[in-house]
Amino acid sequence: MDRRVIGVETEFGITHTGGTHRGLPPDEVARYLFRPVLRWGRSSNVFIPNASRLYLDVGSHPEYATAECDDLLDLIASDRAGELIMHDLAQRAEAAMAQDGFDGSIYLLKNNVDSQGNSYGSHENYLIPRTTHFRRLSTILLPFLVTRQIMVGAGRLVPATDETPAHYAFSQRADHMWEGISSATTRSRPIINTRDEPHSDAAVHRRLHVIVGDSNMSETTSLLRYGATDLVLRMVESGVPVGDFELENPIGAIRHISHDITGQAVVKIRNGGQQTAVEVQARLLDRARRFVRENGAHHDRVDQIFELWERTLQAVASGEHAPIERDIDWAIKKRLLTDVAERGGLPMGHPKLEQLDMAYHDVHPTRGVFNLLAARGRASTQLEPERIQRAIVDPPATTRAALRGRFLSTARAVGAEHTVDWVHHKLVDRPLDALMLKDPLSAEDPRVDTLLDRLGERVASLREQTLDERRAQELPLALSERYKLEHPRELAEPPLI
Amino acid sequence: MSTQPQKRPQGGNDDGAPEAAATAGANAQAQKRAGELDSLLDEIDSVLESNAEEFVKGFVQKGGE
Repeated sequence: MDRRVIGVETEFGITHTGGTHRGLPPDEVARYLFRPVLRWGRSSNVFIPNASRLYLDVGSHPEYATAECDDLLDLIASDRAGELIMHDLAQRAEAAMAQDGFDGSIYLLKNNVDSQGNSYGSHENYLIPRTTHFRRLSTILLPFLVTRQIMVGAGRLVPATDETPAHYAFSQRADHMWEGISSATTRSRPIINTRDEPHSDAAVHRRLHVIVGDSNMSETTSLLRYGATDLVLRMVESGVPVGDFELENPIGAIRHISHDITGQAVVKIRNGGQQTAVEVQARLLDRARRFVRENGAHHDRVDQIFELWERTLQAVASGEHAPIERDIDWAIKKRLLTDVAERGGLPMGHPKLEQLDMAYHDVHPTRGVFNLLAARGRASTQLEPERIQRAIVDPPATTRAALRGRFLSTARAVGAEHTVDWVHHKLVDRPLDALMLKDPLSAEDPRVDTLLDRLGERVASLREQTLDERRAQELPLALSERYKLEHPRELAEPPLI
Repeated sequence: MSTQPQKRPQGGNDDGAPEAAATAGANAQAQKRAGELDSLLDEIDSVLESNAEEFVKGFVQKGGE
């Protein structure tokens, strides 16, 4: 697919600490967190003006699902906006809790594992053609995903157990995967989930749901993660020979690879032989380069993705990680932990290092450790801060998200009861006019204009508010009203007789 | 005729000088880097909860997905 819809769902860890009392449990903090959301949309599961979805998920995890994106930087901007949206909610929740006598700080961590080994996810969704041969897809994609962690893992300081000493691993999620492919999520987590809710025309598309990924803080790592995966999918879809890397035991392999930071771990290939993750990835990179040489680049970041891909593999293979210490999450974090351990003479597994591992994922702009590193140039970025700010309020312009955003903001502006989800758009007073928008790649649809016209001439006098006007509203920025009635017409008074 | 001043350091033997300068430069760089790292780690220390162990143990979630 030349244009592919991609979206990512992030579950955040939440904790409350540092007050004079014991911290509140996560579900109570989450309730405070979602108070403004509940007030705004009368539900803790809402689509917001930037067309993304904000909700409380299983286990009281605050979750943010980006709108449909067909551009990698739009996707990363929307995902980063989700961090800022959560931070805004956390600030408000802290204030509300303080009023109720619970002081202290709320931490929202964009990571994937807590101190007891509970895991929560970062789920990627890729729209693929229904015609994609699923067996071919899994044969190529599974080995790619199992080995991808050496490039885009978020890194984790694994505490000591009876069998193994504390050590640094590539991935947060690798130890929490139990199957290659299945339909389960919480019961038994598969690398690829077959839940097939395309949110589009199911005869044309299916949704590939990948739940093996770590939550990334680095925009550069994110670019490599989504960009390389999209390139591998393009090869799968095109039918070109990609080579046979099918693993004998994907789940054994994913753990084995994660826990050997030297990158020397070998895994068994089903048709015989053994390879390291670097070797599998290097062959895929080689194929992808050939594919792009023959078919052309489908966006302007392809060369950058190849360069990052190659540089990261070289760094892992050589054990010389310095060339990726600003760009790749696990390496950025590892550098920091090493510096702190050396300065303080701390052994691996020291609580201070475990705390740093978590604090790296704190979404707070001036407390989160990744954000501190980025502010000092120790972590690279791909987006101007303004673009992320805009993504808090603006839907992606080139997909169905633009329609959803306009529909729900317009209905709100004129006070019309409405419901929306990924596909459905309904004005409660006009149930027979409900729209199903089944093409996620289409940002225009005359039926939406027709439906909004039914709201009367007030729609014509709506003006889009500036970012500053929206910041000035009482609401969290992400929930601020997009439109304003420019000249609210006075209701004509009945003539006095 | 060259207008370049034909300067020669006093004492003739200048072999060590550029090297020493380079070493001094590298030292200054390394010191600057160490200073930057110190200031970063101090900043991080100042924002982290002071009781690391309590913070880590207190961070317990229910499983997600």
